[in-house]
Amino acid sequence: MTPRLRSHPPRHRRGSTIAALAGAIFCLAPLLAAAETPPTAEVSTTGLAVTDDTVTVGILHSTTGTMAISETGSVQAEKLAIEQINKSGGVLGRQIEIVQEDGASDWPTFAEKAKKLLVEDKVAAVFGCWTSASRKAVLPVFEQYNGMLYYPTFYEGLEQSPNVIYTGQEATQQILAGIDWVVREKDAKTFYLLGSDYIWPRTSNKIARKHIEKLGLKVVGEEYYPLGHTQFNSVINKIKLRKPDVIYAIVVGGSNVAFYKQLKAAGLDINEGKTTLLTISVTEDEILGIGGENIEGAYAAMKYFQSLDNENNQAFVAAFKEMWGEDSVIGDVTQAAYLGPWLWKAAVEKAGSFDIDKVREASPGIELTTAPEGYVRIHENHHLWSKTRVGRALDNGQYEVVYETDELMEPDPFPEGYQ
Amino acid sequence: MFEGYTLGEIGSIFAMQGFAGLILFSVFVLMALGLAIIFGQMGVINMAHGEFMILGAYVTFVTSNLFAGSMPALFGGYFFVAMVLAFFIAAALGALVEWAMIRHLYHRPLDTLLATWGLSLIMQQIFRSIFGAREVGVTLPDWLMGSFALTDMIEVPINGLFVMALTLLISLSVYLILFRSRWGNQSRAVVQNRAMAGAVGIDTARMDRMTFALGCGIAGVAGSAFTMIGSTGPTAGQLYIVDTFLVVVFGGAQSLLGTIASAFVISQSQSTMEFFLSGSMAKVLTLLTVIVILMLRPQGLFSLKLRR
Repeated sequence: MTPRLRSHPPRHRRGSTIAALAGAIFCLAPLLAAAETPPTAEVSTTGLAVTDDTVTVGILHSTTGTMAISETGSVQAEKLAIEQINKSGGVLGRQIEIVQEDGASDWPTFAEKAKKLLVEDKVAAVFGCWTSASRKAVLPVFEQYNGMLYYPTFYEGLEQSPNVIYTGQEATQQILAGIDWVVREKDAKTFYLLGSDYIWPRTSNKIARKHIEKLGLKVVGEEYYPLGHTQFNSVINKIKLRKPDVIYAIVVGGSNVAFYKQLKAAGLDINEGKTTLLTISVTEDEILGIGGENIEGAYAAMKYFQSLDNENNQAFVAAFKEMWGEDSVIGDVTQAAYLGPWLWKAAVEKAGSFDIDKVREASPGIELTTAPEGYVRIHENHHLWSKTRVGRALDNGQYEVVYETDELMEPDPFPEGYQ
Repeated sequence: MFEGYTLGEIGSIFAMQGFAGLILFSVFVLMALGLAIIFGQMGVINMAHGEFMILGAYVTFVTSNLFAGSMPALFGGYFFVAMVLAFFIAAALGALVEWAMIRHLYHRPLDTLLATWGLSLIMQQIFRSIFGAREVGVTLPDWLMGSFALTDMIEVPINGLFVMALTLLISLSVYLILFRSRWGNQSRAVVQNRAMAGAVGIDTARMDRMTFALGCGIAGVAGSAFTMIGSTGPTAGQLYIVDTFLVVVFGGAQSLLGTIASAFVISQSQSTMEFFLSGSMAKVLTLLTVIVILMLRPQGLFSLKLRR
């Protein structure tokens, strides 16, 4: 033992020289970095999960259960945005780390996981939720523990929380422009409103009906089918009897596929016939299941289509396909989910802090000129100013953009007389 | 609601509505037959019935892709191949499930409920892992699309007619198998008195496996046919399961005739009410009616008279 010990000191000394050198570099490193990265104590005063070189955020979507169909695209878009932000230097010099939780298509699970993200992981922001039901379930959690949620789906409006930024369109933005367009271009006089039976289609149709009647036109039918309904032959007969100029359809989920297949089979030609079909619930994602040949010729009113022709979108689509595969399709919500991390980054950098209260204060007025949909700006009411487009469904499952509003549509989550 | 229409128009609408009801009837029968056979003959409630249907739908999806890729000239006929494949693949899986799981649980009926429900979750996740969480689009051959115009106003969907013909064919085959074949004779003997059937030399274990496989196979064919009218996704089976149970329980669990009668009653009333009221209201009233009738007559519309 002893001889070996004796042989050690010289080596040890050499080692300590290296250690000293390394130590000197380590001592210098924070000083060098401090030039660009503000110290943690300065940018985070409320105990969020922020270190000298990382910041943790949460992703909360369903990756199992019925909603996984829809929410997968949002998760992919959020991860893409976060990866791009990290590559370009992160947020306030910090790399973003993700804690992902699965809401499992179950609303109480969403609330539980939201609490876990805020209380245990102390995440600086959460990107997540898809259905209104899941958002309503997590809302009290976000308000109680003061978190920040970036919510991507187009939805019925009638909500405005200090703890949520709504990156999708609220109902009036989506509906009014679409109806105005169909009245102008297709000379529509009569409408048949149809939807799945829950809050979003019902509220949306209420807004649509009010607008249609204000224009002096007529709603000849309005009705709802339970979620998951698969037999639409009776309502198709009714539509044939009433002969509306426009079928305004807000059918969702598996019912969607059944509805369009049966419409086509029943010989109600929406492609070349007299009837126009206008929807606000079918994105490119849904067409995958419906089949392009079954929905060809239908029109959709929303803010984003994969086929949008601008540089931002071309770069976005290329990056998305590189990360998630050539066959990926990108729908309206996926694009809105992609905006979330970028809007958060912009707000954090404007505030110079990760603190929720400061981010909230900085958010209104934040604009994104790099958005795939073109340009968006956060309104005082936490929704986005955005353009609305009308697309015509093609055989290949894509939409061809036939119209876009000249101006940005102002978000109006509490339209007068609709509550 | 009919003011301003000519008598001809109203007549045509009623005719089309009649077809809509018949199509719904066929769909219900097709959905429920497989479940009714398993429930009626074995007393097992197969909660994974919807997933066996979706297995058939995915088999159709894969077959259509194979045909489109390797022999596009024969694409028009792929649907028949797909249905036969769907039957045998679903039946084979059914036999496997019976051997591995169900046969150990025959004396614990509630446990079969739980076990098959677990099986349905496992199958959903397998579909999701293989085919992805999103729905897949099954391309139909052209001759199955569109409608068949009888007059100017009356148009009948071709895929509806196809489902009707298929239902007729399958019901007839099931009738022949169960009531006109040696195998059916033995199978019914097992239902009526298992111990005695065993004593006269019928292999009851094999009978059970075949019955379960037959029920699952029919579910597979139904799923294959439903790619024409509905969606194909990992959880799409759940869309059908409620209606299926409703039809089977309302009809009387042990009677195939009851299943058919109940499918007829439910489909006609639902389709008529959907036309005059709205979709959600029709569903509410249908369910209410079924509940009331089941309260008055718990054994369902038809029941087998047996000495217990």
